[in-house]
Amino acid sequence: MTLATGKVGIICCSGEDLPEGTISRVATRLVLEKLRPDQTVTLCLPLFLAGGEDERAFARVFPTIAVDGCDKKCAETGTKKYSGRPVATILVSEEMKKFPHLKVKSREKLEPQEMELATKVAEEIAKKVDEILCRKVKK
Amino acid sequence: MENHKVVVVPCSGIGKSLGTVGRVATYKVIERMRPEKTRTVCLALLTMGDNDALKLVRENPCIAVDGCPAQCSKKNIEASMGKLAYNIIVTDVLRKNRSLKPEGVIELNEQGDKLAEIIARALSEKVDEIQREEKCE
Repeated sequence: MTLATGKVGIICCSGEDLPEGTISRVATRLVLEKLRPDQTVTLCLPLFLAGGEDERAFARVFPTIAVDGCDKKCAETGTKKYSGRPVATILVSEEMKKFPHLKVKSREKLEPQEMELATKVAEEIAKKVDEILCRKVKK
Repeated sequence: MENHKVVVVPCSGIGKSLGTVGRVATYKVIERMRPEKTRTVCLALLTMGDNDALKLVRENPCIAVDGCPAQCSKKNIEASMGKLAYNIIVTDVLRKNRSLKPEGVIELNEQGDKLAEIIARALSEKVDEIQREEKCE
């Protein structure tokens, strides 16, 4: 598969209060560092409000994927509000339903089972990245 | 009268290991060092103006833990009209501990964890101080 030279921005909620937030964060970094390092960048969500003009401009120009821990969907809503509608949203709480045997409770350091879930979420994000970039190539 | 819990709010800094240092320091405080006296809140939820998150930071003393001088946590607490009692920036602490080289975002290296431990101890003392002052008022 040929991918375009474009980049996709991945914006995760990082939700500090919930284990699902840590999963969203780790999954995002797995995509950035291991699965699609050349095709992705990340953006700090709270920087949108704290005055990160570069981040806001990036999400207006490049396609983005929101990765949210819970159904409050802060990453999706925040990106939409301050920049542009994300092309796709991955909801960790929904992804977890596909793997009921994987339990999540850590917020600080993920246990092997939790890391397995983060890896599965990362694979879903990577699939979306490929879909977005292939769509751009076809255009 | 029972003290209010101190809300420790780390930034979501995902681009650098310093954000993870702040996050790990926060968990050390709220889960191990001062679990009875502290809690956290999702910074993104606060940024989005969630009513429960706003109420929490307006009714309880808050500590902002920021990875870098952009100070997203501090600025968002202030923009939410929260009760900011103290703030700390990881880069400032790093400057005083130059031998430590934190690395890793998915998982911090040992030196990053040491830096987080130093920050967590300082934050725990601050939590005690904030609560002592609250009692005196």
